[in-house]
Amino acid sequence: MDAFLIHRLQFAFTIMFHYLFPQLTMGLALLIVVLKFNALRTGDESFNKSARFWAKIFALNFAMGVVTGIPMEFQFGTNWARFSAFAGGVIGQTLAMEGLYAFFLESTFLGLFLFGEKKLGPKLHFLSAVLVFLGSWISGLFIIATNAWMQNPVGFQQLPDGTFQLASFSELFTNPWLFWQYVHTMSGSVVTAAFIMCAVGAYYVLSDKNAEYGKKFLKTGLIAGVIVSIFQAFPSGDGQGKNVALYQPVTLAAMEGLFETEHGAGLTIIGQPDVENMKLDNPIIIPNMLSFLTYNRWKAEVKGLKEYPRELWPDNIPLLYYSYHIMVGLGTIFIAITMLGVFLLWRKKVFNARWYLWILMLAFPFPYIANTTGWMTAELGRQPWLIYGLLKTADGFSSNVSSGNALFTTLGFAGIYLMVGILFIILVLKEINEGPDHVKKKVSKS
Amino acid sequence: METFWFIALAFMIIMYVILDGFDLGTGMFYLSSAKNDNERRTLLNSIGPVWDGNEVWLIAAGGSLFFAFPKLYASSFSGFYLPLTIVLWLLIGRALGIELRKHVDNKLWKSFWDVVFSVSSLLLVVFFGAALGNIIRGVPLKANGYFFEALWTTFTVVPYSGILDWFTVLMSVVAVATLMVHGANFISMKTSGELQLRARVISRKFNPLVILLSLVMFAATTYIRPELWNNYFNHVWGFIFPLTGLMGLTGMFYFRSKEADGKAFVSSAVFILGMMSGTAFGLYPTLLHSSINPAYSLTITNASAGSYGLQVGLIWWVIGMVLALGYFGYLFYTFRGKVVINEDSEGY
Ligand code: HDD
Ligand code: HEM
Ligand code: HEM
Repeated sequence: MDAFLIHRLQFAFTIMFHYLFPQLTMGLALLIVVLKFNALRTGDESFNKSARFWAKIFALNFAMGVVTGIPMEFQFGTNWARFSAFAGGVIGQTLAMEGLYAFFLESTFLGLFLFGEKKLGPKLHFLSAVLVFLGSWISGLFIIATNAWMQNPVGFQQLPDGTFQLASFSELFTNPWLFWQYVHTMSGSVVTAAFIMCAVGAYYVLSDKNAEYGKKFLKTGLIAGVIVSIFQAFPSGDGQGKNVALYQPVTLAAMEGLFETEHGAGLTIIGQPDVENMKLDNPIIIPNMLSFLTYNRWKAEVKGLKEYPRELWPDNIPLLYYSYHIMVGLGTIFIAITMLGVFLLWRKKVFNARWYLWILMLAFPFPYIANTTGWMTAELGRQPWLIYGLLKTADGFSSNVSSGNALFTTLGFAGIYLMVGILFIILVLKEINEGPDHVKKKVSKS
Repeated sequence: METFWFIALAFMIIMYVILDGFDLGTGMFYLSSAKNDNERRTLLNSIGPVWDGNEVWLIAAGGSLFFAFPKLYASSFSGFYLPLTIVLWLLIGRALGIELRKHVDNKLWKSFWDVVFSVSSLLLVVFFGAALGNIIRGVPLKANGYFFEALWTTFTVVPYSGILDWFTVLMSVVAVATLMVHGANFISMKTSGELQLRARVISRKFNPLVILLSLVMFAATTYIRPELWNNYFNHVWGFIFPLTGLMGLTGMFYFRSKEADGKAFVSSAVFILGMMSGTAFGLYPTLLHSSINPAYSLTITNASAGSYGLQVGLIWWVIGMVLALGYFGYLFYTFRGKVVINEDSEGY
């Protein structure tokens, strides 16, 4: 295998693994603030106990996010050295700011939040929950700003030595790509947290264990879930799609499996792209829909892949196409599930609708899949560029690191992450099984 | 401008060594000096609320390095590919050791994570020491600004030596001894009873070793890179840094003899500050010395980012630092005093 491929595989694997954790961190941080707020507002101690229970899961998840996040920060240098040397003048800004403004905030106040409930008192403890939430969302902002710049570079200038340097700080943060990408990603993380909370709630109610807490979790999770699930499709997903159409038209064509330019292009629901023969097999298509969604006109022209030179096509069109369709398909299903749940909640039937609770309990992996495939859409769609239009991925990796060394570390990460993942699942299941009431007892025993 | 960023970066790295240094030091003697579950939990709770924040200094320093000197970041991180990746794995091990232990109430489970925590702390210090050694000694930087170092070659200091040779291993030993004392001073300040006594013994035993090793290190550095003294002879005020280190060293002995644990801890921090800032002063303005041809070295001018970016950075860096120092002050203030474990204490 050549070194380039291994560097890509290592980066893709480690970033996808990392992102499994922050999405829950960011979403859960918000939901914990909601629980703590309810505790302050109503004085109901069981909200505090719920918050404490979720804080334990949060802490575990956070630790995993930290240990998998540190390699990310270093990998820009270790595996993507030429990219770092070229683009460090720009993306170094956002990455350094993330450390200074987000990680310090998050880690200090998480220490206070987890260790200081007695020392701080209810108000300050609530405040530290809010600051942990802010820290994690600021962290998301800076990292998305970095990615948005790679998708749609703005505010830079190229020096004679080929490096990119910042020319306008404000343009970096008013990047038209950034807004929709940020809100879409953040609300995607709340989808994950809401589904996790619902799944635990459903498990408690179904097994008639901690059912009172279960009902609280279901209510909080369903209401949050329905809001963000709808927001995911409209306006944020729609906004993202329009940006892709505007700034990366060839990516859009590949995501949709559109080979021919069409006036009134249809939206593909099902179909398998056949890149060799440049056609879509077994298509089921809603006529004119794609034109309408991207340009708000039924007969608008959407350019197909054939309009673009082949070397500018994303290099893995089938994977890109499937990733995108999996995300959108799951997004539609989430809207249906959560709307049904809120309807049942409103009719006061949800806690007895066992069939529905079973669905909720088993649905929690799907937001992870949607988030991961969403990122695959974004990152595969950007290919063959590492920085869109400026630097090819093939020109960015560390050519001084041999393939043997890169393979060694890739295998090492694979082994360690496998272990980390298994431990995480075991421990989270254990915490869930012990439930919110167990929290105090367990600490005093150990 | 570039000088400011050199100082800023040195500051963050030194903060990291001082702060995470006591976590790592604690980890190194964790197995030998904490005998039962209660004592081990006490040690973990001493560093519990702060270790993650301390580690962020490393991440923030890495980010700031990327930002201010992208070429150095690219060259050194890819050149130190293997040791850096191993450091990452060790950081994972250390974090898991601290965080997972409490989750299962089982002796074997706990012993396993205890060993993981302690061994990865020790190895981290070894690697960090060797890293400093490599920066002082220089690496085989080529004309294109890149290099690649194996973990070891012949253990002699030659232009194409590996990460580990006798000089860098010596630096590792210095780092182990220093952080041993630093961690022990921290723990003697945070605990009472048996644990405190044992920590004091460690501190007392390792103090003389630190002196001895520092002298050897001075001699070795002068032997390998005599030109590091040039800055000192051109700007005599620079001797303030080694003098600071000497003050710290004196304090380490004096306050240890008085069993003034808090002051001893401050002294070992001052010692680290003095030694590391002294090294930085000697290295300036070179960031990474090329052992093949000094002309290929990366310096603050040929590795830095564009000046507009650095100027904007000045503003947010200062604000961010003030905020971060504020959080840390508040955090350490909230958790000041001795750690006492009782039936329903929060944490580990
Ligand atoms: C729970 C997660 C989730 C769900 C249900 C959806 N998305 Fe999404 N999507 C993401 C999570 C996500 C993400 C992980 O947050 C991505 C990856 C990168 C990014 O910017 O956001 C993303 C990217 C992404 C992109 C790619 C942008 C690019 O190429 O850079 C588009 C066009 C959409 N989304 C559109 C949608 C639409 C129309 C949805 C309709 C239901 C939808 N997403 C549901
Ligand atoms: C956390 C969510 C993210 C996921 C799941 C993700 C996923 C991926 C995947 C799958 C690839 C491999 C693409 C390929 O091999 O063709 C990749 C590549 C890459 N991504 Fe991301 N990415 C994420 C976020 C980011 C962010 C925030 C950045 C930048 C700051 C980034 C920078 C890169 C780089 C430098 C590459 C290497 C070039 C390449 O192979 O495409 N990614 N990412
Ligand atoms: C290649 C890109 C990425 C890098 C370099 C990176 C870096 C890091 C680092 C160093 C940490 C540990 C912080 C600590 O010690 O407290 C971390 C955690 C975190 N990251 Fe990432 N990360 C990347 C991708 C992402 C993405 C795409 C997101 C979200 C949109 C994200 C959100 C977070 C959050 C919220 C945390 C907090 C702790 C947790 O993960 O649970 N990261 N990341």
